[in-house]
Amino acid sequence: MIAEIGHAALWLAAALAVLQMASGALALRQSGEGGNFAVYARPAAVVQAFLAIIAFASLLYSFAITDLSVKLVATNSHSMKPFIYKLTGTWGNHEGSMLLWVAVLAASGGLLAFAERRLPERTMSATLAVQGFVAIGFYVFLLLSSNPFERLPVPAVEGIGLNPLLQDIGLAVHPPTLYVGYVGLSVAFSLAMGALITRQVNPNFAKVMRPWVLGAWVFLTLGITAGSYWAYYELGWGGWWFWDPVENASLMPWLAATALLHSVSVLAARDALRTWTIMLGVVAFSMSMLGTFLVRSGVLTSVHAFAVDPERGTLLLALLGLYIGGSLVIFAMRASSIAEGTRFTATSREGALVFNNVMLSAILAIVLLGTLYPLLTEAFDVRVSVGPPYYNPAGAIFAIPMFMVMAVGPLLRWKDDSPARIQPQLAILGSIALLIIALVVVLGDYPLLPILGLALAGALGVAALLPLKGRKLSRVPVATWGMVLAHFGVAVSLFGMASEGAFSQERLAAVAPGGVEQLGDWQIELTSVDPVSGPNWTAIEAQIAVSRAGAEPTILSPQARNFWAPAQATSESALLTTWDGQLYAVIGDAAGVGPDGQQRWQLRVWWKPFVTFIWYGGLLIALGGVVSIAGRVRVDLKQRKAARIRGERREDEAALAGEARGEPSGGPLPQPAE
Amino acid sequence: MKAKHQRLTLVVLALLAIIAAGLIAVWALRNQANYFYLPEQMASQPPQVGQAVRLGGMVQSGSLETEADGVTVRFVVTGNEASTIPVRYSGILPDLFVEGSGVVAEGSLQADGTFLATNLLAKHDENYVPKELEGLEAHEAKDVITDTVAGV
Repeated sequence: MIAEIGHAALWLAAALAVLQMASGALALRQSGEGGNFAVYARPAAVVQAFLAIIAFASLLYSFAITDLSVKLVATNSHSMKPFIYKLTGTWGNHEGSMLLWVAVLAASGGLLAFAERRLPERTMSATLAVQGFVAIGFYVFLLLSSNPFERLPVPAVEGIGLNPLLQDIGLAVHPPTLYVGYVGLSVAFSLAMGALITRQVNPNFAKVMRPWVLGAWVFLTLGITAGSYWAYYELGWGGWWFWDPVENASLMPWLAATALLHSVSVLAARDALRTWTIMLGVVAFSMSMLGTFLVRSGVLTSVHAFAVDPERGTLLLALLGLYIGGSLVIFAMRASSIAEGTRFTATSREGALVFNNVMLSAILAIVLLGTLYPLLTEAFDVRVSVGPPYYNPAGAIFAIPMFMVMAVGPLLRWKDDSPARIQPQLAILGSIALLIIALVVVLGDYPLLPILGLALAGALGVAALLPLKGRKLSRVPVATWGMVLAHFGVAVSLFGMASEGAFSQERLAAVAPGGVEQLGDWQIELTSVDPVSGPNWTAIEAQIAVSRAGAEPTILSPQARNFWAPAQATSESALLTTWDGQLYAVIGDAAGVGPDGQQRWQLRVWWKPFVTFIWYGGLLIALGGVVSIAGRVRVDLKQRKAARIRGERREDEAALAGEARGEPSGGPLPQPAE
Repeated sequence: MKAKHQRLTLVVLALLAIIAAGLIAVWALRNQANYFYLPEQMASQPPQVGQAVRLGGMVQSGSLETEADGVTVRFVVTGNEASTIPVRYSGILPDLFVEGSGVVAEGSLQADGTFLATNLLAKHDENYVPKELEGLEAHEAKDVITDTVAGV
């Protein structure tokens, strides 16, 4: 019954999306009966949001009670599974995750329709029409090719489980966070299209768009950070970024959103970069769509690939083509109508932002081509994979100048500035970078990119704080704090990456219980290896006593797990986090009998100095975004209040003037809209 | 620069940078892309010694042996034809890595004709087969079920 309610809610939501699009589009016709029809767009979006959430809640409920008559539950869940993973299993599969996508899309559309009152009504109608149009595509996709509420003719006796790799709390937060980010960009896209259609590309529109871009960007940042940490500890390979196509699918929207976020800020503050902002809005959403397509269609080979279903892939590709193509057509038709914004010189803050926008786009192009290249060559029957040897140097060519300009940009003034003015700061930053390079080169023989990374991280960390110099800290705007935090987070993260790249140490050995290995200044003793079991797995668990420089040992217990339903083996790494890094231990197979006749086990241990800074940095970046949103919203609320007070005062004055002339108070009545 | 042409200049500069990125990407992809070889291909047209490539095939039954250090293994990879490539790998073997099943080895060919693997990719669960191995005979039956889950 619950599943049928969800299914019906989904159809109704789809119908409302059609109404929303039609009423928004009709409102654009200036004369005629369209005006009447326009009032339906906002309520349609809000009700649609509720219906989509009901649909998702129904599916959540079916998973919670393991309703095995629902096909999706039977194929993806199991009555013996821990409850929390029953719930997260809702979106741990294709249909469920697409329903989550649509629910978030509808919810954000509803929020936009309900809360946003700053835009001209015509622009709002166009925005809601575009939002409805985007939603329709996904409802069609969901209802026709991936119905999550399909029933089985005969209920299954038992579910056939969930991939044990997915039985992890990382999965509970990772995909939903990314989806909120993807979908937030869809709102930014709809707003950009709405402004483009109604010729309202101006700072006012940018101020409306900015919180959505910032919000989406915060969620993408968190999603990528969580995903990276999840892959790091769950896969047991010791790496934190694999340039896997699915990771790239989340990185590309982030790169576009980062560029968009900066350009929309320039548009809001300085009324420049109008066309560029609209274009980035289109690109950012296209990357979200492309990401969804790559992950959902199964065109990729990767540990992440979900399902191989040509019908779904084709449908998603058609949607992708429709939205990107459609928006480019509108862009081409309207681009000439956007007047050029305010001018600026190359050595101004705008100039630096433009430069980094271009660098981000270039990095995006590098990642995009690298991700699509294997698909392209496969069409010609040549199988290749593209990995770090391509991405790292090719990306660095653009990332290094970007970080350098990023250090300097916030120190420049808007519109025009002379480089001579910030010469002392430049000298400090340059000498910090050179000092770090010299120090690391003296210390040992390390690869080039990590050395440059360390130097840039040092300079950037100082540069991020320089905008606060000489200012009274209590008077610094909240949004500026957000920028400082986020830029400092980039430095922290970059430091973690470079440090991991340069200083990681690894030890791989076959060890018998009682055996001791040395890794850097860590002493690692395998004390015992025992069988253990959990609710749906059995495992070999090692007890490893690790200690540094004679300190009290800590016990780590990595496991090699075997799941049933479905049968699968995973490696559970054990981590010891200290302030200056992480010790990462994995237990492997039995490695035969040693020379002394004892059973040996494969043991792999890494010492990764400051690796945790990668994710601390990610969190700082996201926090910077949150602070920035808070600052903007506060300013906006203040302005609204000020406007209201101004309005009241004007009314009072008008009333007073009216009384003086002997008219009834309250001034002339406003003309009815029709 | 004439202020009048600022927008045009910006567009041209941005386009130049993106085109440069594209060219760098194409050039780097030609050099750095990691090519996939079947054992017969590696035997007839071997890649350069030390070049990063991937080798995919079946682990020959009876060929897997562990060296005295307990962490280095040697095995032989075969394909559809008779050609075989010896592989050496130090590390923890992937779960479900067994003789007679498919494997993709990342690494490079050494001067002595041994393939030195830095990473092994095996099946992630009983239904998943690395995409490159789908064409191999022993896997044709499994193709039917490759459409199941393989991770997030």
